[in-house]
Amino acid sequence: MTTSKLIKGATGDWEVVIGMEVHAQVTSKSKLFSGASTEFGGAPNSHVSLVDAAMPGMLPVINEECVRQAVRTGLGLKAKINLRSVFDRKNYFYPDLPQGYQISQYKQPVVGEGEVVVDLDSGEAVSIGIERLHLEQDAGKSVHDRHPSMSAVDLNRSGVALMEIVSKPDLRSSEEAMAFLTKLRSILRYLGTCDGDMEKGSLRADVNVSVRRPGEPFGTRCEIKNMNSIRFIGQAIEHEARRQIEIIEDGGTIDQETRLFDPGKGETRSMRSKEEAHDYRYFPDPDLLPLELSEDMVGTLQAALPELPDEKKTRFIRELGLSAYDASHLVAERDTADYFEAVANGRDAKLAANWVINELNGRLNKDGHDIVSSPVSAAQLGGILDLIGDKTISGKIAKDLFEIIWTEGGDPREVVKARGMAQVTDLSAIGGIVDDLVAKNPDKVEQAKANPKAMMWFVGQVMKASGGKASPQAVNDLLKTKLGL
Amino acid sequence: MSVDASTVRRIARLARIAVAEDEVDHLRGELNAILAFVEQLGEVNVEGVEPMTSVTPMAMKTRKDVVTDGGDPEAVMANAPKSEDDFYLVPKVIE
Repeated sequence: MTTSKLIKGATGDWEVVIGMEVHAQVTSKSKLFSGASTEFGGAPNSHVSLVDAAMPGMLPVINEECVRQAVRTGLGLKAKINLRSVFDRKNYFYPDLPQGYQISQYKQPVVGEGEVVVDLDSGEAVSIGIERLHLEQDAGKSVHDRHPSMSAVDLNRSGVALMEIVSKPDLRSSEEAMAFLTKLRSILRYLGTCDGDMEKGSLRADVNVSVRRPGEPFGTRCEIKNMNSIRFIGQAIEHEARRQIEIIEDGGTIDQETRLFDPGKGETRSMRSKEEAHDYRYFPDPDLLPLELSEDMVGTLQAALPELPDEKKTRFIRELGLSAYDASHLVAERDTADYFEAVANGRDAKLAANWVINELNGRLNKDGHDIVSSPVSAAQLGGILDLIGDKTISGKIAKDLFEIIWTEGGDPREVVKARGMAQVTDLSAIGGIVDDLVAKNPDKVEQAKANPKAMMWFVGQVMKASGGKASPQAVNDLLKTKLGL
Repeated sequence: MSVDASTVRRIARLARIAVAEDEVDHLRGELNAILAFVEQLGEVNVEGVEPMTSVTPMAMKTRKDVVTDGGDPEAVMANAPKSEDDFYLVPKVIE
Protein backbone atom coordinates (compact mmCIF):
# COMPACT_ATOMS: atom_id res chain seq x y z
CA MET A 1 0.00 0.00 0.00
CA THR A 2 1.65 3.21 -1.12
CA THR A 3 0.84 6.42 0.73
CA SER A 4 -0.11 8.20 -2.51
CA LYS A 5 -3.48 6.38 -2.48
CA LEU A 6 -4.45 8.03 0.81
CA ILE A 7 -6.62 11.11 0.88
CA LYS A 8 -5.52 14.02 3.05
CA GLY A 9 -8.21 15.30 5.36
CA ALA A 10 -8.11 18.20 7.81
CA THR A 11 -7.22 15.83 10.65
CA GLY A 12 -4.91 13.38 8.86
CA ASP A 13 -4.91 10.72 6.17
CA TRP A 14 -7.88 8.64 5.10
CA GLU A 15 -8.13 5.47 3.07
CA VAL A 16 -11.02 4.91 0.69
CA VAL A 17 -12.39 1.37 0.41
CA ILE A 18 -14.35 0.43 -2.72
CA GLY A 19 -16.23 -2.65 -3.83
CA MET A 20 -18.23 -3.06 -7.03
CA GLU A 21 -21.27 -4.92 -8.27
CA VAL A 22 -21.07 -5.06 -12.03
CA HIS A 23 -24.07 -5.99 -14.18
CA ALA A 24 -22.91 -7.40 -17.49
CA GLN A 25 -25.43 -8.32 -20.16
CA VAL A 26 -24.76 -11.85 -21.39
CA THR A 27 -24.10 -12.07 -25.12
CA SER A 28 -26.81 -14.42 -26.42
CA LYS A 29 -29.43 -14.42 -29.14
CA SER A 30 -32.41 -15.15 -26.92
CA LYS A 31 -33.35 -14.39 -23.33
CA LEU A 32 -32.39 -16.26 -20.16
CA PHE A 33 -35.73 -18.03 -19.74
CA SER A 34 -37.63 -17.36 -22.99
CA GLY A 35 -37.15 -17.55 -26.75
CA ALA A 36 -37.59 -13.79 -27.35
CA SER A 37 -34.76 -11.86 -28.99
CA THR A 38 -32.20 -9.89 -26.97
CA GLU A 39 -31.51 -7.49 -29.83
CA PHE A 40 -31.02 -3.86 -28.77
CA GLY A 41 -33.34 -1.12 -29.93
CA GLY A 42 -36.37 -3.00 -31.25
CA ALA A 43 -39.82 -1.40 -31.47
CA PRO A 44 -41.54 -1.26 -28.06
CA ASN A 45 -42.61 -4.67 -26.72
CA SER A 46 -41.58 -6.41 -29.95
CA HIS A 47 -39.00 -8.67 -28.27
CA VAL A 48 -41.30 -9.97 -25.61
CA SER A 49 -42.71 -13.42 -25.08
CA LEU A 50 -45.60 -14.16 -22.76
CA VAL A 51 -43.00 -15.49 -20.31
CA ASP A 52 -41.25 -12.09 -20.23
CA ALA A 53 -44.61 -10.37 -19.76
CA ALA A 54 -45.27 -12.74 -16.83
CA MET A 55 -48.61 -13.95 -18.09
CA PRO A 56 -50.21 -16.47 -15.70
CA GLY A 57 -49.13 -20.05 -16.27
CA MET A 58 -46.01 -19.23 -18.26
CA LEU A 59 -42.96 -21.21 -17.16
CA PRO A 60 -39.28 -20.31 -17.52
CA VAL A 61 -36.93 -22.66 -19.41
CA ILE A 62 -33.25 -21.85 -19.11
CA ASN A 63 -31.08 -20.93 -22.13
CA GLU A 64 -28.09 -23.32 -22.08
CA GLU A 65 -25.85 -20.81 -23.87
CA CYS A 66 -26.38 -18.20 -21.13
CA VAL A 67 -25.20 -20.80 -18.62
CA ARG A 68 -22.11 -21.55 -20.73
CA GLN A 69 -21.39 -17.82 -21.00
CA ALA A 70 -21.51 -17.47 -17.21
CA VAL A 71 -19.18 -20.45 -16.79
CA ARG A 72 -16.75 -19.09 -19.42
CA THR A 73 -16.72 -15.78 -17.58
CA GLY A 74 -16.08 -17.56 -14.29
CA LEU A 75 -13.18 -19.44 -15.84
CA GLY A 76 -11.80 -16.19 -17.29
CA LEU A 77 -11.92 -14.70 -13.79
CA LYS A 78 -10.00 -17.75 -12.50
CA ALA A 79 -12.96 -18.47 -10.29
CA LYS A 80 -14.46 -21.53 -8.71
CA ILE A 81 -17.31 -22.96 -10.80
CA ASN A 82 -20.14 -24.31 -8.65
CA LEU A 83 -21.42 -27.51 -10.24
CA ARG A 84 -24.70 -27.03 -8.41
CA SER A 85 -26.40 -23.66 -8.13
CA VAL A 86 -29.93 -22.51 -7.39
CA PHE A 87 -32.26 -19.87 -8.80
CA ASP A 88 -34.18 -17.77 -6.32
CA ARG A 89 -36.93 -15.22 -6.54
CA LYS A 90 -36.00 -11.72 -5.42
CA ASN A 91 -39.33 -10.08 -4.65
CA TYR A 92 -40.08 -6.42 -5.23
CA PHE A 93 -42.68 -4.35 -7.01
CA TYR A 94 -41.93 -2.04 -9.89
CA PRO A 95 -43.98 -1.45 -13.05
CA ASP A 96 -41.17 -2.66 -15.33
CA LEU A 97 -40.92 -5.96 -13.40
CA PRO A 98 -44.15 -7.72 -14.41
CA GLN A 99 -43.44 -10.93 -12.45
CA GLY A 100 -43.21 -9.02 -9.18
CA TYR A 101 -39.89 -10.79 -8.66
CA GLN A 102 -36.60 -11.09 -10.44
CA ILE A 103 -35.23 -14.61 -11.00
CA SER A 104 -31.71 -14.40 -9.58
CA GLN A 105 -29.26 -16.51 -7.60
CA TYR A 106 -28.86 -15.76 -3.93
CA LYS A 107 -27.12 -18.23 -1.64
CA GLN A 108 -25.80 -20.61 -4.29
CA PRO A 109 -24.43 -18.68 -7.29
CA VAL A 110 -23.06 -20.45 -10.38
CA VAL A 111 -19.58 -18.95 -9.87
CA GLY A 112 -17.68 -18.44 -6.61
CA GLU A 113 -14.43 -16.69 -5.71
CA GLY A 114 -11.94 -15.55 -8.34
CA GLU A 115 -9.56 -12.69 -9.08
CA VAL A 116 -8.67 -9.98 -11.58
CA VAL A 117 -5.14 -8.63 -11.86
CA VAL A 118 -5.20 -4.90 -12.51
CA ASP A 119 -2.25 -2.97 -13.95
CA LEU A 120 -1.95 0.61 -12.73
CA ASP A 121 -0.28 3.52 -14.54
CA SER A 122 2.58 3.38 -12.05
CA GLY A 123 3.46 -0.09 -13.34
CA GLU A 124 2.20 -1.64 -10.10
CA ALA A 125 -0.15 -4.60 -10.41
CA VAL A 126 -2.85 -5.27 -7.80
CA SER A 127 -4.97 -8.39 -7.45
CA ILE A 128 -8.66 -7.68 -6.88
CA GLY A 129 -10.77 -10.48 -5.44
CA ILE A 130 -14.03 -11.56 -7.06
CA GLU A 131 -16.63 -12.58 -4.50
CA ARG A 132 -19.09 -14.27 -6.85
CA LEU A 133 -20.88 -14.19 -10.17
CA HIS A 134 -24.51 -15.10 -10.63
CA LEU A 135 -27.08 -15.18 -13.42
CA GLU A 136 -30.24 -13.11 -13.23
CA GLN A 137 -32.93 -11.47 -15.35
CA ASP A 138 -32.88 -7.86 -16.46
CA ALA A 139 -36.03 -5.77 -15.91
CA GLY A 140 -37.95 -3.79 -18.51
CA LYS A 141 -37.58 -0.08 -19.13
CA SER A 142 -39.77 2.75 -17.87
CA VAL A 143 -40.02 5.91 -19.96
CA HIS A 144 -41.22 8.94 -18.01
CA ASP A 145 -41.21 11.69 -20.63
CA ARG A 146 -43.63 10.28 -23.22
CA HIS A 147 -46.83 11.12 -21.43
CA PRO A 148 -47.73 13.95 -19.04
CA SER A 149 -49.30 11.86 -16.31
CA MET A 150 -48.33 8.24 -17.05
CA SER A 151 -45.11 6.25 -17.29
CA ALA A 152 -44.63 4.07 -20.37
CA VAL A 153 -43.21 0.56 -19.99
CA ASP A 154 -41.28 -1.38 -22.64
CA LEU A 155 -40.48 -5.00 -21.75
CA ASN A 156 -37.93 -5.67 -24.52
CA ARG A 157 -35.15 -5.95 -21.96
CA SER A 158 -37.29 -7.89 -19.52
CA GLY A 159 -35.75 -11.33 -19.08
CA VAL A 160 -32.47 -10.63 -20.87
CA ALA A 161 -29.67 -12.52 -19.09
CA LEU A 162 -27.34 -10.54 -16.87
CA MET A 163 -24.26 -11.63 -14.98
CA GLU A 164 -23.88 -9.83 -11.68
CA ILE A 165 -20.18 -9.86 -10.86
CA VAL A 166 -19.36 -8.81 -7.31
CA SER A 167 -15.85 -7.73 -6.30
CA LYS A 168 -14.43 -7.95 -2.84
CA PRO A 169 -13.85 -4.58 -1.13
CA ASP A 170 -10.23 -4.67 -2.35
CA LEU A 171 -10.10 -1.41 -4.29
CA ARG A 172 -8.31 1.50 -2.60
CA SER A 173 -8.57 4.46 -4.98
CA SER A 174 -10.68 5.82 -7.82
CA GLU A 175 -7.79 4.95 -10.17
CA GLU A 176 -7.90 1.31 -9.05
CA ALA A 177 -11.67 1.21 -9.43
CA MET A 178 -11.51 2.58 -12.98
CA ALA A 179 -8.64 0.24 -13.91
CA PHE A 180 -10.56 -2.72 -12.45
CA LEU A 181 -13.67 -2.05 -14.51
CA THR A 182 -11.57 -1.43 -17.63
CA LYS A 183 -9.79 -4.74 -17.12
CA LEU A 184 -12.99 -6.62 -16.35
CA ARG A 185 -14.56 -5.22 -19.53
CA SER A 186 -11.50 -6.27 -21.51
CA ILE A 187 -11.72 -9.84 -20.16
CA LEU A 188 -15.46 -10.03 -20.96
CA ARG A 189 -14.81 -8.85 -24.50
CA TYR A 190 -11.98 -11.34 -25.03
CA LEU A 191 -14.28 -14.09 -23.80
CA GLY A 192 -17.13 -12.84 -25.99
CA THR A 193 -19.51 -13.17 -23.04
CA CYS A 194 -20.55 -9.48 -22.88
CA ASP A 195 -20.02 -6.75 -25.48
CA GLY A 196 -19.09 -4.26 -22.73
CA ASP A 197 -20.99 -1.43 -24.42
CA MET A 198 -21.60 0.96 -21.52
CA GLU A 199 -23.55 3.49 -23.59
CA LYS A 200 -26.15 0.87 -24.45
CA GLY A 201 -26.22 -0.27 -20.83
CA SER A 202 -24.61 -3.67 -21.50
CA LEU A 203 -22.25 -3.00 -18.62
CA ARG A 204 -23.20 -0.97 -15.54
CA ALA A 205 -21.86 -0.84 -12.04
CA ASP A 206 -23.03 -0.11 -8.51
CA VAL A 207 -20.08 1.24 -6.53
CA ASN A 208 -19.80 0.86 -2.75
CA VAL A 209 -17.63 3.51 -1.12
CA SER A 210 -16.52 3.92 2.47
CA VAL A 211 -13.58 5.65 4.20
CA ARG A 212 -11.46 4.76 7.23
CA ARG A 213 -8.21 5.62 8.94
CA PRO A 214 -5.48 3.35 7.53
CA GLY A 215 -5.44 0.06 9.46
CA GLU A 216 -8.85 0.54 11.08
CA PRO A 217 -11.98 -1.58 10.42
CA PHE A 218 -14.20 -0.73 7.44
CA GLY A 219 -16.40 2.35 7.77
CA THR A 220 -20.10 2.60 6.88
CA ARG A 221 -20.55 2.44 3.11
CA CYS A 222 -22.75 4.24 0.65
CA GLU A 223 -23.77 2.66 -2.63
CA ILE A 224 -23.64 4.74 -5.80
CA LYS A 225 -26.14 3.13 -8.16
CA ASN A 226 -26.23 2.50 -11.85
CA MET A 227 -23.00 4.02 -13.16
CA ASN A 228 -22.48 3.54 -16.88
CA SER A 229 -19.26 5.46 -17.52
CA ILE A 230 -15.81 4.60 -16.23
CA ARG A 231 -14.81 8.26 -16.10
CA PHE A 232 -17.90 9.15 -14.04
CA ILE A 233 -17.16 6.30 -11.67
CA GLY A 234 -13.78 7.92 -10.96
CA GLN A 235 -15.41 11.30 -10.36
CA ALA A 236 -18.17 9.85 -8.21
CA ILE A 237 -15.70 8.00 -5.96
CA GLU A 238 -13.53 11.10 -5.51
CA HIS A 239 -16.54 13.19 -4.57
CA GLU A 240 -18.12 10.57 -2.34
CA ALA A 241 -14.90 9.88 -0.40
CA ARG A 242 -14.41 13.59 0.29
CA ARG A 243 -18.03 14.02 1.30
CA GLN A 244 -17.73 11.20 3.83
CA ILE A 245 -14.40 12.47 5.19
CA GLU A 246 -15.86 15.95 5.73
CA ILE A 247 -18.86 14.55 7.60
CA ILE A 248 -16.70 12.40 9.89
CA GLU A 249 -14.15 15.13 10.51
CA ASP A 250 -17.00 17.47 11.48
CA GLY A 251 -18.04 14.94 14.11
CA GLY A 252 -20.87 13.36 12.14
CA THR A 253 -21.57 9.78 11.12
CA ILE A 254 -22.25 8.22 7.72
CA ASP A 255 -25.74 6.85 7.04
CA GLN A 256 -25.74 3.69 4.97
CA GLU A 257 -27.75 4.71 1.92
CA THR A 258 -28.10 4.56 -1.83
CA ARG A 259 -26.86 7.58 -3.77
CA LEU A 260 -26.94 8.76 -7.37
CA PHE A 261 -24.16 10.54 -9.22
CA ASP A 262 -25.02 13.76 -11.05
CA PRO A 263 -22.45 14.14 -13.85
CA GLY A 264 -23.46 17.77 -14.47
CA LYS A 265 -22.65 18.80 -10.91
CA GLY A 266 -19.93 16.21 -10.37
CA GLU A 267 -21.46 15.15 -7.05
CA THR A 268 -23.46 12.36 -5.49
CA ARG A 269 -26.84 12.90 -3.86
CA SER A 270 -29.07 10.78 -1.70
CA MET A 271 -31.66 8.74 -3.58
CA ARG A 272 -34.28 9.50 -0.99
CA SER A 273 -36.25 6.34 -0.73
CA LYS A 274 -39.65 6.91 0.81
CA GLU A 275 -40.03 3.21 1.22
CA GLU A 276 -38.79 1.12 4.05
CA ALA A 277 -35.52 -0.72 3.66
CA HIS A 278 -35.65 -3.34 0.91
CA ASP A 279 -36.82 -6.71 2.01
CA TYR A 280 -36.52 -8.98 -0.99
CA ARG A 281 -37.84 -12.14 0.73
CA TYR A 282 -35.66 -14.42 -1.37
CA PHE A 283 -36.77 -18.01 -1.76
CA PRO A 284 -35.88 -20.79 -4.23
CA ASP A 285 -37.90 -20.45 -7.45
CA PRO A 286 -40.27 -23.43 -7.49
CA ASP A 287 -40.48 -23.20 -11.30
CA LEU A 288 -36.80 -24.10 -11.72
CA LEU A 289 -34.79 -27.11 -10.67
CA PRO A 290 -31.24 -26.60 -9.42
CA LEU A 291 -28.70 -25.87 -12.17
CA GLU A 292 -26.35 -28.84 -12.33
CA LEU A 293 -23.19 -28.79 -14.41
CA SER A 294 -20.85 -31.65 -15.20
CA GLU A 295 -17.07 -31.56 -14.80
CA ASP A 296 -16.91 -32.52 -18.48
CA MET A 297 -18.91 -29.50 -19.58
CA VAL A 298 -16.73 -27.14 -17.53
CA GLY A 299 -13.56 -28.86 -18.83
CA THR A 300 -14.71 -28.49 -22.45
CA LEU A 301 -15.38 -24.78 -21.96
CA GLN A 302 -12.02 -24.33 -20.20
CA ALA A 303 -10.19 -26.00 -23.09
CA ALA A 304 -11.89 -23.72 -25.62
CA LEU A 305 -11.17 -20.51 -23.74
CA PRO A 306 -9.34 -17.90 -25.86
CA GLU A 307 -5.99 -16.45 -24.85
CA LEU A 308 -6.83 -13.74 -22.31
CA PRO A 309 -5.16 -10.31 -21.98
CA ASP A 310 -2.77 -11.30 -19.17
CA GLU A 311 -1.49 -14.35 -21.04
CA LYS A 312 -1.24 -12.42 -24.29
CA LYS A 313 0.71 -9.67 -22.58
CA THR A 314 3.19 -12.18 -21.13
CA ARG A 315 3.66 -13.75 -24.55
CA PHE A 316 4.19 -10.37 -26.24
CA ILE A 317 6.88 -9.53 -23.69
CA ARG A 318 8.62 -12.93 -23.67
CA GLU A 319 8.36 -13.99 -27.27
CA LEU A 320 8.18 -10.71 -29.16
CA GLY A 321 10.46 -8.68 -26.88
CA LEU A 322 7.96 -5.86 -26.33
CA SER A 323 8.13 -3.57 -23.29
CA ALA A 324 5.54 -4.17 -20.56
CA TYR A 325 4.05 -0.76 -21.38
CA ASP A 326 3.63 -1.48 -25.10
CA ALA A 327 2.32 -4.97 -24.41
CA SER A 328 -0.32 -3.66 -21.94
CA HIS A 329 -1.42 -1.09 -24.46
CA LEU A 330 -1.77 -3.62 -27.28
CA VAL A 331 -3.66 -6.30 -25.34
CA ALA A 332 -6.24 -3.99 -23.73
CA GLU A 333 -8.62 -4.53 -26.65
CA ARG A 334 -8.74 -7.85 -28.44
CA ASP A 335 -9.23 -6.14 -31.82
CA THR A 336 -6.06 -4.10 -31.31
CA ALA A 337 -4.10 -7.19 -30.29
CA ASP A 338 -5.34 -9.12 -33.35
CA TYR A 339 -4.44 -6.22 -35.65
CA PHE A 340 -1.00 -5.92 -34.10
CA GLU A 341 -0.33 -9.63 -34.44
CA ALA A 342 -1.30 -9.55 -38.11
CA VAL A 343 1.14 -6.66 -38.70
CA ALA A 344 3.93 -8.15 -36.59
CA ASN A 345 3.70 -11.58 -38.16
CA GLY A 346 7.08 -12.21 -39.86
CA ARG A 347 8.21 -8.65 -39.21
CA ASP A 348 10.05 -6.57 -36.59
CA ALA A 349 7.60 -6.77 -33.66
CA LYS A 350 8.90 -3.66 -31.91
CA LEU A 351 8.58 -1.60 -35.09
CA ALA A 352 5.08 -2.99 -35.60
CA ALA A 353 4.16 -2.13 -31.99
CA ASN A 354 5.44 1.41 -32.45
CA TRP A 355 3.41 1.95 -35.58
CA VAL A 356 0.21 0.49 -34.16
CA ILE A 357 0.47 2.36 -30.86
CA ASN A 358 1.65 5.72 -32.18
CA GLU A 359 0.85 6.33 -35.85
CA LEU A 360 -2.23 4.15 -36.24
CA ASN A 361 -3.86 4.83 -32.86
CA GLY A 362 -3.14 8.56 -33.16
CA ARG A 363 -4.76 8.65 -36.58
CA LEU A 364 -7.72 6.52 -35.49
CA ASN A 365 -8.38 8.83 -32.55
CA LYS A 366 -8.11 11.91 -34.74
CA ASP A 367 -10.78 10.64 -37.14
CA GLY A 368 -12.85 8.89 -34.47
CA HIS A 369 -12.44 5.44 -36.05
CA ASP A 370 -12.04 2.23 -34.13
CA ILE A 371 -9.42 -0.26 -35.22
CA VAL A 372 -11.94 -2.60 -36.85
CA SER A 373 -12.95 0.14 -39.29
CA SER A 374 -9.38 1.38 -39.84
CA PRO A 375 -8.91 2.65 -43.42
CA VAL A 376 -5.37 1.19 -43.31
CA SER A 377 -5.62 -2.58 -42.97
CA ALA A 378 -3.11 -4.70 -41.10
CA ALA A 379 -1.87 -6.02 -44.47
CA GLN A 380 -1.34 -2.48 -45.78
CA LEU A 381 0.50 -1.36 -42.64
CA GLY A 382 2.59 -4.52 -42.89
CA GLY A 383 3.41 -3.52 -46.49
CA ILE A 384 4.59 -0.10 -45.31
CA LEU A 385 6.83 -1.73 -42.69
CA ASP A 386 8.28 -4.05 -45.35
CA LEU A 387 9.30 -0.99 -47.39
CA ILE A 388 11.05 0.45 -44.32
CA GLY A 389 12.64 -2.94 -43.66
CA ASP A 390 14.18 -3.26 -47.11
CA LYS A 391 15.25 0.41 -47.01
CA THR A 392 13.04 1.37 -49.97
CA ILE A 393 11.71 4.28 -47.92
CA SER A 394 12.85 6.10 -44.79
CA GLY A 395 10.79 6.27 -41.59
CA LYS A 396 9.82 9.82 -42.44
CA ILE A 397 8.58 9.00 -45.92
CA ALA A 398 6.75 6.04 -44.41
CA LYS A 399 4.60 8.49 -42.45
CA ASP A 400 3.71 10.32 -45.66
CA LEU A 401 2.96 7.00 -47.31
CA PHE A 402 0.76 6.00 -44.37
CA GLU A 403 -1.26 9.19 -44.83
CA ILE A 404 -1.70 8.48 -48.55
CA ILE A 405 -2.82 4.91 -47.91
CA TRP A 406 -5.17 6.22 -45.16
CA THR A 407 -6.95 8.66 -47.48
CA GLU A 408 -6.59 6.99 -50.87
CA GLY A 409 -5.94 3.32 -50.16
CA GLY A 410 -3.86 1.10 -52.44
CA ASP A 411 -0.89 -1.21 -52.25
CA PRO A 412 1.99 0.54 -50.47
CA ARG A 413 4.69 -0.74 -52.82
CA GLU A 414 2.71 0.30 -55.91
CA VAL A 415 2.07 3.73 -54.45
CA VAL A 416 5.78 4.24 -53.72
CA LYS A 417 6.63 3.21 -57.29
CA ALA A 418 3.94 5.30 -58.93
CA ARG A 419 4.82 8.44 -56.96
CA GLY A 420 8.61 8.08 -57.01
CA MET A 421 8.79 7.99 -53.21
CA ALA A 422 11.63 5.48 -52.96
CA GLN A 423 14.60 6.90 -51.16
CA VAL A 424 17.59 7.97 -53.17
CA THR A 425 20.72 6.05 -52.29
CA ASP A 426 22.43 6.98 -55.56
CA LEU A 427 25.09 9.48 -54.45
CA SER A 428 25.49 11.06 -57.88
CA ALA A 429 21.96 12.42 -57.64
CA ILE A 430 22.63 14.25 -54.39
CA GLY A 431 26.31 14.98 -54.95
CA GLY A 432 25.52 18.20 -56.85
CA ILE A 433 23.33 19.48 -54.03
CA VAL A 434 26.07 18.84 -51.48
CA ASP A 435 28.76 20.53 -53.58
CA ASP A 436 26.53 23.56 -54.00
CA LEU A 437 25.82 23.82 -50.24
CA VAL A 438 29.50 23.48 -49.34
CA ALA A 439 30.51 26.19 -51.81
CA LYS A 440 27.85 28.68 -50.64
CA ASN A 441 28.28 28.22 -46.90
CA PRO A 442 31.94 28.39 -45.93
CA ASP A 443 31.04 29.48 -42.37
CA LYS A 444 28.92 26.37 -41.81
CA VAL A 445 31.76 24.26 -43.19
CA GLU A 446 34.13 25.76 -40.60
CA GLN A 447 31.59 25.11 -37.81
CA ALA A 448 31.18 21.51 -38.90
CA LYS A 449 34.92 21.00 -38.93
CA ALA A 450 35.18 22.44 -35.40
CA ASN A 451 32.18 20.50 -34.13
CA PRO A 452 30.95 17.49 -36.15
CA LYS A 453 27.47 17.94 -34.68
CA ALA A 454 27.11 21.08 -36.79
CA MET A 455 27.10 18.80 -39.81
CA MET A 456 23.43 18.17 -39.04
CA TRP A 457 22.62 21.51 -40.64
CA PHE A 458 23.93 20.15 -43.96
CA VAL A 459 22.02 16.89 -43.51
CA GLY A 460 18.86 18.88 -43.01
CA GLN A 461 19.43 21.00 -46.07
CA VAL A 462 20.16 18.00 -48.29
CA MET A 463 17.09 16.16 -47.04
CA LYS A 464 14.98 19.21 -47.74
CA ALA A 465 16.40 19.66 -51.22
CA SER A 466 15.74 15.99 -52.03
CA GLY A 467 12.18 16.20 -50.84
CA GLY A 468 12.99 13.85 -47.96
CA LYS A 469 13.79 11.02 -50.32
CA ALA A 470 17.57 10.94 -49.82
CA SER A 471 18.72 8.08 -47.63
CA PRO A 472 19.90 9.71 -44.36
CA GLN A 473 22.73 7.19 -44.11
CA ALA A 474 23.95 7.93 -47.65
CA VAL A 475 23.78 11.68 -47.03
CA ASN A 476 25.78 11.33 -43.82
CA ASP A 477 28.50 9.30 -45.53
CA LEU A 478 28.74 11.67 -48.45
CA LEU A 479 28.93 14.77 -46.25
CA LYS A 480 31.68 13.28 -44.12
CA THR A 481 33.75 12.70 -47.25
CA LYS A 482 33.06 16.11 -48.76
CA LEU A 483 33.74 17.99 -45.52
CA GLY A 484 36.77 15.88 -44.75
CA LEU A 485 35.47 14.78 -41.32
CA MET B 1 -42.58 -17.14 15.98
CA SER B 2 -45.55 -14.85 16.14
CA VAL B 3 -46.72 -11.93 14.11
CA ASP B 4 -47.76 -8.57 15.57
CA ALA B 5 -49.93 -5.85 14.05
CA SER B 6 -47.03 -3.85 12.62
CA THR B 7 -45.64 -6.96 10.88
CA VAL B 8 -49.04 -7.54 9.28
CA ARG B 9 -49.04 -3.98 7.93
CA ARG B 10 -45.49 -4.40 6.65
CA ILE B 11 -46.19 -7.69 4.86
CA ALA B 12 -49.29 -6.18 3.28
CA ARG B 13 -47.31 -3.18 2.14
CA LEU B 14 -44.52 -5.35 0.63
CA ALA B 15 -47.14 -7.37 -1.23
CA ARG B 16 -48.98 -4.18 -2.31
CA ILE B 17 -52.20 -5.40 -0.73
CA ALA B 18 -54.40 -2.70 0.79
CA VAL B 19 -55.36 -3.73 4.30
CA ALA B 20 -57.83 -1.60 6.23
CA GLU B 21 -56.97 -0.92 9.85
CA ASP B 22 -59.94 -2.93 11.14
CA GLU B 23 -58.73 -6.00 9.23
CA VAL B 24 -55.28 -6.05 10.82
CA ASP B 25 -56.19 -7.86 14.00
CA HIS B 26 -58.15 -10.55 12.18
CA LEU B 27 -55.26 -11.12 9.72
CA ARG B 28 -52.77 -11.24 12.57
CA GLY B 29 -54.74 -14.10 14.06
CA GLU B 30 -54.93 -15.97 10.74
CA LEU B 31 -51.24 -15.55 10.00
CA ASN B 32 -50.29 -16.77 13.45
CA ALA B 33 -52.53 -19.81 13.02
CA ILE B 34 -50.81 -20.63 9.70
CA LEU B 35 -47.36 -20.15 11.24
CA ALA B 36 -48.26 -22.39 14.17
CA PHE B 37 -49.38 -25.06 11.73
CA VAL B 38 -46.15 -24.83 9.72
CA GLU B 39 -44.10 -24.86 12.90
CA GLN B 40 -45.17 -28.43 13.55
CA LEU B 41 -42.73 -29.38 10.78
CA GLY B 42 -39.99 -28.33 13.16
CA GLU B 43 -40.68 -31.49 15.15
CA VAL B 44 -39.32 -33.67 12.33
CA ASN B 45 -35.62 -34.44 12.53
CA VAL B 46 -34.12 -33.60 9.11
CA GLU B 47 -30.47 -33.80 10.19
CA GLY B 48 -28.39 -34.69 7.12
CA VAL B 49 -31.37 -34.78 4.74
CA GLU B 50 -30.90 -32.89 1.44
CA PRO B 51 -33.69 -30.40 0.70
CA MET B 52 -35.97 -31.97 -1.92
CA THR B 53 -36.36 -29.93 -5.11
CA SER B 54 -38.32 -32.40 -7.18
CA VAL B 55 -40.42 -35.46 -6.51
CA THR B 56 -38.80 -37.34 -9.36
CA PRO B 57 -35.02 -37.35 -9.86
CA MET B 58 -34.59 -35.26 -12.99
CA ALA B 59 -32.27 -32.62 -14.36
CA MET B 60 -33.47 -29.16 -15.26
CA LYS B 61 -34.68 -28.85 -18.85
CA THR B 62 -32.72 -26.42 -21.01
CA ARG B 63 -33.28 -24.59 -24.31
CA LYS B 64 -30.99 -23.95 -27.24
CA ASP B 65 -30.07 -20.31 -27.79
CA VAL B 66 -32.42 -19.55 -30.67
CA VAL B 67 -35.07 -16.88 -31.11
CA THR B 68 -38.43 -18.66 -31.23
CA ASP B 69 -40.75 -16.09 -29.70
CA GLY B 70 -41.64 -12.39 -29.60
CA GLY B 71 -42.53 -10.11 -32.50
CA ASP B 72 -46.19 -9.95 -31.47
CA PRO B 73 -46.67 -6.81 -29.39
CA GLU B 74 -50.45 -7.03 -29.90
CA ALA B 75 -50.64 -10.35 -28.06
CA VAL B 76 -48.40 -8.99 -25.30
CA MET B 77 -50.52 -5.84 -24.93
CA ALA B 78 -53.91 -7.58 -25.28
CA ASN B 79 -54.82 -7.37 -21.60
CA ALA B 80 -53.20 -4.02 -20.83
CA PRO B 81 -55.74 -1.67 -19.18
CA LYS B 82 -53.96 1.25 -20.84
CA SER B 83 -51.44 1.42 -23.64
CA GLU B 84 -50.08 3.78 -26.27
CA ASP B 85 -47.90 3.01 -29.31
CA ASP B 86 -47.27 -0.50 -27.95
CA PHE B 87 -46.07 0.80 -24.60
CA TYR B 88 -47.90 -0.18 -21.41
CA LEU B 89 -49.09 2.92 -19.59
CA VAL B 90 -48.91 2.88 -15.81
CA PRO B 91 -49.37 5.55 -13.14
CA LYS B 92 -46.37 7.87 -13.20
CA VAL B 93 -43.38 6.47 -11.32
CA ILE B 94 -40.58 8.86 -10.55
CA GLU B 95 -37.60 7.68 -8.57
